Order: sequence, then C-alpha cells, then structure tokens
Amino acid sequence: MPTLSINDLTKRYATGDLAIDQVSLVIPEGQVMALIGPSGAGKSTLIRCVNRLVEPTSGDVLLGDQNITKLGARKLRRARRHIGMIFQEYALVERLTVMENVLSGRLGYVGFWASWLRRFPKQDISDAFTLLDRVGLADMVDKRADELSGGQRQRVGIARALIQNPDLLLVDEPTASLDPKTSRQIMRLITELCRERNLTAVVNIHDVPLAKLFAERVVGLQAGQIVFDGSPEGLSPDVLTRIYGEEDWLATAETGNADMPESEPGVVEADRSL
Amino acid sequence: MPLSTDETGPQWRRRTAREDVLSWFGWATGLAVVGGCFFLISEKTIWEFVWSAPREAADLGARMVPPDWSYSSQLWRPLWDTFNIATLGTGLALVISVPVAFCAARNTTPSTAIARPLALFVIASSRSINSLIWALLLVVIVGPGVFAGVLAIALRSIGFCGKLLYEAIEEIDVPPVEAVTATGASSGQVLTYGVVPQVMTAFAGISVFRWDINIRESTILGLVGAGGIGLQLSASINNLDWSRVAVILLAILGTVIVSEWLSAKVRGALS
Amino acid sequence: MTDHVSDGLVEPSQRTWAPPRLIPNARLRWFIALAIGLYLAAAFGTLDINWERVAEGWPRAQRFFSGFVPPDFLSRQGAILDGLLESLWMTAAATALGVLLSIPIAIGGARNASPLPIYMACRAVMALSRTFHEVLIAIFFVKLFGFGPFAGMATLTLATVGFYAKLLAEDIEAIDRSQAEAIRSTGASWLQWLDYAIRPQVRPRAIGLAVYRLDINFRESAIIGIVGAGGIGATLNTAFDRYEFDTAAAILLIIIVIVMAAEYASGAIRRRVQ
Repeated sequence: MPTLSINDLTKRYATGDLAIDQVSLVIPEGQVMALIGPSGAGKSTLIRCVNRLVEPTSGDVLLGDQNITKLGARKLRRARRHIGMIFQEYALVERLTVMENVLSGRLGYVGFWASWLRRFPKQDISDAFTLLDRVGLADMVDKRADELSGGQRQRVGIARALIQNPDLLLVDEPTASLDPKTSRQIMRLITELCRERNLTAVVNIHDVPLAKLFAERVVGLQAGQIVFDGSPEGLSPDVLTRIYGEEDWLATAETGNADMPESEPGVVEADRSL
Repeated sequence: MPLSTDETGPQWRRRTAREDVLSWFGWATGLAVVGGCFFLISEKTIWEFVWSAPREAADLGARMVPPDWSYSSQLWRPLWDTFNIATLGTGLALVISVPVAFCAARNTTPSTAIARPLALFVIASSRSINSLIWALLLVVIVGPGVFAGVLAIALRSIGFCGKLLYEAIEEIDVPPVEAVTATGASSGQVLTYGVVPQVMTAFAGISVFRWDINIRESTILGLVGAGGIGLQLSASINNLDWSRVAVILLAILGTVIVSEWLSAKVRGALS
Repeated sequence: MTDHVSDGLVEPSQRTWAPPRLIPNARLRWFIALAIGLYLAAAFGTLDINWERVAEGWPRAQRFFSGFVPPDFLSRQGAILDGLLESLWMTAAATALGVLLSIPIAIGGARNASPLPIYMACRAVMALSRTFHEVLIAIFFVKLFGFGPFAGMATLTLATVGFYAKLLAEDIEAIDRSQAEAIRSTGASWLQWLDYAIRPQVRPRAIGLAVYRLDINFRESAIIGIVGAGGIGATLNTAFDRYEFDTAAAILLIIIVIVMAAEYASGAIRRRVQ
C-alpha cells in the first residue's frame, strides 16, 4: 500500500476565495488521520483535491509514486477507482437499490455495457455480499436506498467505498448527520475496516471527541493552513483555540454555556448540512 | 426477489426473471405501437414530396433572401396589435380567473355543491378549447379584428390561470389561515390576510408565464382573422411574397425573444 | 373589558402606521401607475372595436350555435374516425421521436453534464425550436412535405424537442450534486455516470414529462390540422369550410372529451410515477 503525500497544495476558487494555502502532508501507509477545523477551513476542498473532484490550483498529490495531479482524464479514472470516498450526506443514489449502490463502486473496473445491463462479474457480486454482511446489512440487499435510516445509508456508503478495493479512503464528515450513538458505531466500523485492510484514511471530522477517540493522528486546519499536526493527546485547549478560535474548551454542556451553538463550530456545520 | 443462491454462492440480478420478461414485453409493445404509427403515417404520405423537401427548403430560403426590409415599416401597427391582444387578453383572463380560482379551491370555495363544480367546469371547458378554435368561433360572432383576438386569448387563458391559481391556493400553509381566523376575522378578512399574501407570488408568476405564452399564440390568431401580425403573414404567404414573409418571421422572432427575456426577468425578480 | 390594550394609556392619534408599499419610491410608483394608465388608454384607443358589429353578435351567435345543435356524429362518421386515428398516430409517433431526439440534446444542454460549447449549441437548438408557434411551423412543413400527417408529425416532433429537452435539461441541472459526485469518485466513465447518477434521479420526472407531452401533442394535433397538417384538425377545418356546423360541433365535442380524458389519465399516471 502506498503512501499519500501532498506537496504545497493550493486551491483558489474562481470566486477568488483561497480555500487551501500551500498545504503539505505525508500520510504513511495504514494510518488513520483525522482532519479537524472550523467550517470553511478547507477540509472538504482538501480531500476533494486528492481525487480531483475539485481541481487544485497548484501543488502535487502523490499516491505512491503516481502524481495524481498530472493525470489525464482516462488515467485519472483509473486512479480514482483505487481511492474510496465516503460522504457526509451518504450520497447514495436514492432511487437505486442497496445492491446497485454498492456495485456502483465497481464502475471503474467494468465496461459500460456490463454496468448498463447490471451484469457485474461474479466476484464483484460475491464481494458485495461479503461487505454487506460485514457492515450488517445482509437482508437489505434489494431495498431502495431512500428506504434506509441514516446509519444504514452510511453503512451502504462504506460498502460502496470498500468494494473499490481502495488503497486510500477519503472520508468527508461521515457522522455529521447522525445521532451520537450511530456516529460512534460508524466511526468504529470505519477504523476497524481500515485496520483489517491496512488502509490509509483521511477523515474530515468536526467532532473533536470522536476524532480523539478513533484517530491515530490529528491535523488541524484553519483558513486553509495546517495549524496543528500530532497525536490526539496533543489537542490541548490551547491548540483547539488556535484551530477554532476562543472558547472555554473545558466546559461541558452541564456547566452551562449559553452561546454554545454560536461558537461551537461543529454544531454550526451540522446545521448547515441539513 | 432478484436474490437467489446456487452452488457458487448468492446470486444477484436487477430484476427477477418475471420482471425481466415483463420489461422486455413492455418495450416490445411500445416499439410495435410506435412502429405501427410510423407505418400508417407513411401510408398516407407522398414520399416524393418529402424527398424533395430539402430542395423546396433551399428554394424557399432563396426566395426569402434578401428580406423586403421596406415592408418592416408597415409592421409596427400589427406588432402593436399583437402585443395588445396578448396583454389585454391576459389581463381580462386574470380578472375573471381570480374569483373562479377561489371558487374552485377546496379550502376557499363558498360551496362545494354548486360553486366548486361550476368553477371546475369553467376551467376545464376553457382549457380544452385551443385559442385558435376560440378565435375561429369569435370571428363569426363579434366580427374579425383585434377584439376577437383579445377575447379568444382571454377565454383560453381563464382555464390555464384558474387551474394553476386554484392549485396554488390549495397548497397554502394552513396555520397562518387558522391564526387569522382565531383573531375573530371575517371570512373576507381571512382571505385577504391569510390566503392572498401566500398566493401573491404564485399569481404574479402565473400571469407572466401565461403572458409569455400568449405573445406566441397571438402571432397566429391573424390566420383566422382575429387580428395581429398573423393577418399580414397569411396574406404574404397567400401572395407567395416570401421576402415579406421573411421580414414578418424576423419580427415575430424579435417579439418572442423580447417577451421571453422580459418574463424571465420578472420571474427572476419574483423568486 | 376594553377593546384596546392601550385604552386610557396613550392618545390614539399619537402614532400612525401605513403598510409598506410594493414600490417604496413614491415617484417611481406614480410613474408606473401613469405608464400603465397611458398604455391602457392607447391600447383601448387602437382596439378598433366595431360596436355595431359586436352588437349584432348575439343574434349571430344564436344563429351560429343553432347550426351546432344537434351535433351530427353520423353523416361524416368515416372522416371523423379517420381524422381521429390520424391524430393519434401523429401524437404517438411524434412524442416517441421527439423524446428520443430530446434526450441527447437535454444531456448536452445541462451545464453539469456537458462542456460549454456543446451546452451552447444544445441550448440554441432548444431556443430555436421553441420560438415559433406550432401552427407557423406546420404551415412551413406543409409547404415542404405536402399536406397530411407527415407534416403534422414533423411539427409535433420539433415542438416536443423544444419542450422536452428544455425541461429535462433543467431537471438534470437540478439533481443532487453529492450523488453525482459519489459516482464520479468511484472512477466511473461519463456514460456510467449518466447511467448511475443521472438516470435514476431524473427518470420519474422524465416519464411524467413524456406523458404530459403526449397529452399536449394530441391537443396540438387538433389545431395544426387547420393549416393542412393532417389529423382531426383537418376534418374540423373541412367541416367549417363546408358549413357543416353540426358535424363541426360533433368533432369539437369529441376533441373536448378526449382532451379531458387524456388530461385526467396523464395526471393520474404522473402522480403514480412521481
């Protein structure tokens, strides 16, 4: 499994907004890295630059020795099939069944006509069943995606990413629209699966306690720049202030904090995602 | 269930065998029907005419160029008439369709036994007769001219505006209406304070939408004598005066583009 | 009990309130009112209503409509049936052909599915096929293809393209972006992306629109016959030309009944699909 290295990556949108400002990162094989930061810090843009759903303005993204930023359209598609992605609002195609959604993860490997007729190779089908078993959805195969609950949908999203047999997993706010318990279950599932398969993963997450709980390494992003890079233990109130701005980081909900929804970026972000 | 298990493990297909057959059967039937229609149409077609169409088109095109620009000075009046037919017709239709719509909407109708069916009948009959047919009838009744055109447009538009408006009225939020009723307001006040503010945007949107359609419609009413630029068009076509036809078509093109631009602007401002 | 909150507390005349106006600028408001007044005066001034002729309208209408009753369904039975069938063929063929042609144009005319030059070209095709009223197009197609249902079919096909492609393109542009992004991130090709991300999302509305257009095309087929493009409209026109008003009345009644039935059926189908 290759290492992901990001060198001097910059993204300036057509509107002139500088979303990412010369970010450099090396994520070794098998590491689960959490990317934290306030809304608008550039977390989503950064991971979308890795598989070029967003075209970076300058800088390089290397997966192993392949420079993704230099690939043409066809080669890019080949690279993308080795990069799995899990989305904030699950991003399942709602009118397709669970099985079709999972199999859509194989699109990069099968030809157009096979995918049009839904005739996927036997191996793909059996992989899909194995993964659906693993994420606990074995009896939902023919349900339409919009019949599932949030947690179930995210499990389908995870199976879709993993059936790509990826080298790298990009995870964009996987728990933003889930309740606290389901959030933990989903994060646990993702980290377990990464460990089982020795997957490298970049996880955007706004929930700091969750990041501390599940990630081996935390990178803090603020206004497009890295302001923290270290182990979860290093996330002191000082560091959090550097990432998110001034706030009483030791206060818990019970001790009262009237302006919490305004200054706790996670809450704001979750609201926006609705 | 398209799920099954055989010796090699679980199998998955998008559809069950039965659904597969049904789907293919559906497509085959559709194809046969459409194919049959093409065949029957081609039976009634003189194909020599169709094959000569490109030559005809080139010939027509050649006769249209150069357009008879001097004729354009005579077109201002018909264009003005066309504009008036559309605008006054839409206005008249709106005035009539508002009470009709309030009678037709389930939540505002004064009586479900008489007013509602009557209003729905007005809407349905107005909608099912095209404005060109309305014009055909009206020219006989009120005589040829712009007035017949205005009435034809209005009669067709009552149903259109009435239907969209009463659907908008039926879709309004209930709590505000309840709140206004709870203050002890009369039913007229409930209408003006609870219902009307909620459907104003829809009403404006519908008017502009229909006006835009009516501009297009009013360009052809002249073909049956109901005023507007269609009169000049049919005269020029009958005289085989293609260079004039070209000017008229360009004038219509311009009018339609302007009206579309205007209505897009207004609709953009509304939303 | 008093009727006012402030009874006896504040002089009622101290504060006033007027509802905010739609157009806040008083001068602009008056200008617009004046402009509308002037326009109405000018429009009615040039309306050229021949009131004497209008006054004759009532007896004329009576005479005219007395020719309508009783509607005569029988003496031109054959011609009416022929016309109806022709209308139905035209409608079915034109809708099928139009929808088939519309789909690639709609995909080309959706900004999120196609590059700018193709987008512009497809949008131009849509705009052009919508500019002229069906009747005008029919006049020219009758000139080119000769009298009969072929010209009618060609007219309706063109009209269908203008309508269907535009609405479908708008629908494609309005799809959920995250679902499209998810399929793209699996390494799917453009065609696979259309099949998995776009098709499921637009399918219900695409079917609904096709049914709706079938309904419209039948109505229009009754009109374009008046200028020689075949169908029941041609039969109607002949009846008017021969002063067979009782037959014309029968045809009008048939058209109205079919239009209402078609509208009811298409509404029911669209509700079921969506």
